[in-house]
Amino acid sequence: MIRIERRLQQPRWLTAVVPVVSIVVAFLFATVVLLATHHPPLQTFHRLFDAAFLDNGAMTDTLVSATPLAFTGLCAAVAFRMNLFNIGGEGQLYAGAITGAAIALLLAGAPSPVVIAAMMLAGAAGGAALAAIPGILRAFFSTNEIITSLMLNYVVALIIDYLIFDSHSYLRDTSGFQASVFPQGKTLPDEATWPTWTLHGLVIPLGALVAVALAFALWGLYARTRFGFEVTVIGDSARAGRYAGMRTRRKILAVMCLSGAIAGLGGASQDGDFRHQLDPRGLTQANYGYAGIVVAALARYNPFAVLLVAFLLGGLQNAGYTLQGADFPNGLVGVLQGLILFCALGGELFVRYRVRIERRHRPAVEPA
Amino acid sequence: MNNSLLVVVLASGVAYGTPLLYAALGELLAERSGVLNLGVEGMMLVGAVMGFWAVQRFHATTAVALLAALGVAALAGAAMAAIHAFLVITMRANQIVSGLALTIFAGVFGLSSYLGNDLDLARSPARHQFQEIFPKSWQDLPVVGPIVFGQSALVYASWVCVVLVAFYLTRTRFGLNVRAVGESPAAADAMGINVARYRYAHTLVGGAFAGIGGAAFSLSITPQWIAGLTAGAGWIAIALVIFAFWRPTLCLVGAYFFGAFTALPFALQGHGVTLAPELFQSLPYVMTILALVVVSSRAARLRFGAPAALGTPYVREER
Repeated sequence: MIRIERRLQQPRWLTAVVPVVSIVVAFLFATVVLLATHHPPLQTFHRLFDAAFLDNGAMTDTLVSATPLAFTGLCAAVAFRMNLFNIGGEGQLYAGAITGAAIALLLAGAPSPVVIAAMMLAGAAGGAALAAIPGILRAFFSTNEIITSLMLNYVVALIIDYLIFDSHSYLRDTSGFQASVFPQGKTLPDEATWPTWTLHGLVIPLGALVAVALAFALWGLYARTRFGFEVTVIGDSARAGRYAGMRTRRKILAVMCLSGAIAGLGGASQDGDFRHQLDPRGLTQANYGYAGIVVAALARYNPFAVLLVAFLLGGLQNAGYTLQGADFPNGLVGVLQGLILFCALGGELFVRYRVRIERRHRPAVEPA
Repeated sequence: MNNSLLVVVLASGVAYGTPLLYAALGELLAERSGVLNLGVEGMMLVGAVMGFWAVQRFHATTAVALLAALGVAALAGAAMAAIHAFLVITMRANQIVSGLALTIFAGVFGLSSYLGNDLDLARSPARHQFQEIFPKSWQDLPVVGPIVFGQSALVYASWVCVVLVAFYLTRTRFGLNVRAVGESPAAADAMGINVARYRYAHTLVGGAFAGIGGAAFSLSITPQWIAGLTAGAGWIAIALVIFAFWRPTLCLVGAYFFGAFTALPFALQGHGVTLAPELFQSLPYVMTILALVVVSSRAARLRFGAPAALGTPYVREER
């Protein structure tokens, strides 16, 4: 007879061991998938690992993929901690990319630090404004935020398409013949290019550093401030928070906006660090927002763990792009990401519960 | 007359709405039992790829091959749903995260593309596909011709499914039990209903429906295999369930409504009107949000709202 009982206290070592074991088990499952489809597993993993971390310039590319994942991962982690399921990181990232690109074009000619700071602010504001919609609906109409934030992802994706493909908007490049055949965003001015630092050949974008700083700030916010404490209480039990006199509605709205602002900042980083234009196809095909939820869940909503997981999954994603081709199994990266998450979700049971195997026939009354 | 804008939009709205309808019916069954499955998109894609594979490989008459393909697609969708069911019912995992994981695992960058690539399905048209079943003279009838008689068997089968699901949920013992499980698993458990078994069964059936919905893309709408061919239909199906207030008949109306909005920009283009297609395409999403706000008031929630236990695991000891 298997009994599952809730642990009163979760041992710390388990919270570290379970994710590691999950990853190992996920790779075992992936091995089965590969063997079943006649691919050599060891060689495939080897190539994956090389392309992600070891090859020349691989780490730089991994950072390119990991930076947005860190933003969207933090975005999801902040909200999920309060049991606020903001699935809208995807759309909030787009929104930040739109506002960030718009302000960069507006401020062309201004000193570079001013432009970059304005882009960050505009990006965060754009993401926060979008997240405020499900936030307000949740706080004041108790409308389920999962679906509303999800629907807005599609709306914003369509807005980007409209801005670049179906209108003569300010953001679209309308100069020349080339641009009229292949619609694309205007190239941002040079002042809007975010600086990078090179360390032993590894190019570190400004966005990556911002994400690291954000993780520290968020940890401080949740662990050291009254706001963070109240958010944690409301997340555990909204009713208890209300009885204690906490302003639940304001907190819901504030956390949604904060979460959206982080994703929006990620969108601005897409403009400034990597794409240097509003790039509809690139943004919508990358699925950073949804992958960010995976990152947050694997990191168990801990901001520092989000950085680490974003780096690992970013590596995986980068390897997927690099190896895309005839002889590498297409779609393996998504399969791996999904498997890792499945295993981590299953493993969560062992953190929260104790599994006991007991003999089926026990004497009804224990002798005294 | 049959070329008028309204008729064209409605006729293609029915065609485009059909995969949405299948997927939404499946999601409705799962949600009525209390399991939110956000993995519809993934399940649809796997159904699409496996259904297409079956049609290419089985050497049989068109009807048999298509029927077998639907069976394979349903099995594939159910297999995907089984992962979600195991995680959220047995392992008590977070339903939202698990559903998203399923979409990532099975979706465009995952298993569906892996299989499509590995089975070498791209760049070849379907050997059999669903076609209009009524004679040409019927299809030429004014108005009803294209809308009602100009459809494939998949459309008519979906109508049967709607009636069956509606009947099941309101008139049969099992259906009433499912609703009890979704509204109050503790009460259902006390009545002697096996909550876990009901949830497993309906999540799996929901996956099977999603798989058939995916196959409707690869065997009727496209009809070929392209990676990610559902293009977000799974998410619309999830929205549709809410839009329809968890009622099968309203799902049908909503599916055709959403389908018509997908078809409208193309039809308008045919009439020489160029309006930004994004405007129409975003309407279903905006309307879902509005519908959701409307049903969130307390009174409306009791009458039209989501199953009360939707999204929460049921653990007997912790109720």
